[in-house]
Amino acid sequence: MGLRTKLPLILGCVLLGVMIAFAVAPDVFSPMDPLAFDYDALLAPPSAAHWFGTDQFGRDMLSRTISASRIDLQIAIFAMAGPLLIGSLIGLLVGWFGGVADAVFGRLADLVVTFPFLVLVIAIVAVLGPGLINMYIAVALVGWVVYAKLMRGEVRVQRSLDYVAAGRVLGYSTSRVLFRHVLPNAVRSVLVYAVTDMALAILLGSSLGYLGLGAQPPEAEWGVLIADGKNFFDTAPWISLAPGVAIVAAGLGFSLVGDGLASLLDVKR
Amino acid sequence: MSLEVENLRVLFDTPRGKVWAVDGVDLTVGPGEVVGLVGESGSGKSVTLRAIAKLLHAHATTTGRVSWRGRDLLTMPEPELEAIRGGQIGMVFQEPMAALNPVLSIGLQIDEVLVAHTDLDAKARRARALELLDHVGIAAGATRLGQYAHEFSGGMRQRAMIAIALAANPALLLADEPTTALDVTIQDQILRLLLRLKDELGMALLLVTHDLGVVAQTCDRVAVMYAGRICETGTVRDVFRHPHHAYTAALLQAMPSDQASTTRLVPIPGMAPRLSHPAEGCAFAPRCAEVLDRCTTERPALITQGSRTAACFARATQ
Repeated sequence: MGLRTKLPLILGCVLLGVMIAFAVAPDVFSPMDPLAFDYDALLAPPSAAHWFGTDQFGRDMLSRTISASRIDLQIAIFAMAGPLLIGSLIGLLVGWFGGVADAVFGRLADLVVTFPFLVLVIAIVAVLGPGLINMYIAVALVGWVVYAKLMRGEVRVQRSLDYVAAGRVLGYSTSRVLFRHVLPNAVRSVLVYAVTDMALAILLGSSLGYLGLGAQPPEAEWGVLIADGKNFFDTAPWISLAPGVAIVAAGLGFSLVGDGLASLLDVKR
Repeated sequence: MSLEVENLRVLFDTPRGKVWAVDGVDLTVGPGEVVGLVGESGSGKSVTLRAIAKLLHAHATTTGRVSWRGRDLLTMPEPELEAIRGGQIGMVFQEPMAALNPVLSIGLQIDEVLVAHTDLDAKARRARALELLDHVGIAAGATRLGQYAHEFSGGMRQRAMIAIALAANPALLLADEPTTALDVTIQDQILRLLLRLKDELGMALLLVTHDLGVVAQTCDRVAVMYAGRICETGTVRDVFRHPHHAYTAALLQAMPSDQASTTRLVPIPGMAPRLSHPAEGCAFAPRCAEVLDRCTTERPALITQGSRTAACFARATQ
């Protein structure tokens, strides 16, 4: 594989690397204290001192965006991990055993995908109450279906292959064949999807944050920052600029890495 | 007898209707014996083997008796079956690339069998794994143990598969066309390897193949299968010299022999039937050159004559 095909993957890794560095050590990268008020520079436009300007309290937007990356990375991971774990396990089991469980799963999956993803998540969060934990629960309840369908399809292909028969005829128990032999072979396309899904998770987290259903103040999160800037958009549009760029960059990073992994691992999608 | 198959039937429930893939098979394999199960594609020979190993999926209904050392594998509870499979009965598949787990190294796959079926500690297992690779003729074992199936050539993969199947010293090896996917030169090496291992380890071998040449070269006894039924069994020498079933005779005439340049090959006309229902008479009757009136209406029973059996009206009356 040449550099040309690897370039998106490298670019994506760089973007994600920057985001992870920001999330791990925001203090190192923030030019100033993200919570420090500066009454001499309220709603200051981008300048040498404040690259991305300041908000209505004079807080440096670049610093606020960098310190918010920790929560957004957390959202990307947890909003992906819940559906991944639940969906993969269910997909593995119904794909292997089939029968009634598979039929029930099929109908249930059809039912869930009938609703628009965002609408269903918002409805569940609205019922449970706003907050990150409830958002993770809502995403897990809705998002597992895609993972389960992917996994089920892979498992149904794998279980007819001879290495599975070989495992059984070597006297391995069903759980051993399932988790040690089938799972590692079936999980590849699911993992690739999961990386791409993290881009969507960040967008979702920001959307809910913007709507006030996700991260709650004082937790700063990119969607919340954009929502903060909304009221001053006519006079100080730069407030939403830094978090907006961050969301696009993070989304692009996860998508590029996902696509890059897909071609690297030769997963057909 | 260590393996005794009685009246084995396999019925597949497919979207296009029911298929009687195996229709009353009787078969025995004694200790240390090499038995060949031959037949055309679709004759049910591979299904028979998989039914013996209890590998068929839920849409297959298996009835009859597969008795291993006096115990019926088909009705045995799962934990006991797990101890026998891999421990006492091993299996080698046609396509080694598909039968090896692509994401586990060969060493791990051998190790896993030893963990499941022996009490050896980690050090002894590694020593045993190296010994196995050496046994099956894979050089540089220490390096090979860490490699994956895709790093092996076709013949080496089949050797690795055999090493895995033999790891726990089974008394019976089921081989499903183990040489079909290989080059002719490699085929010969693998067959010799299987025979050498059989002698060294004293195990029995049930070899499924469509290649009569392979049977002639390797087997003590042969069972000929057609349309899900056994036509004829006997020692390879007896059956090849004087076939007691018209189908066996036709097969042998269609096979090139040493005198191939002087004798014409005689093809069998027609196609093997789709087994959507069990044939009323002899399943081979529509293609048979020696067909009698009763062949189409009455099913010939497998009749024992000395050390051999055959189910043919035409040849029984000769």
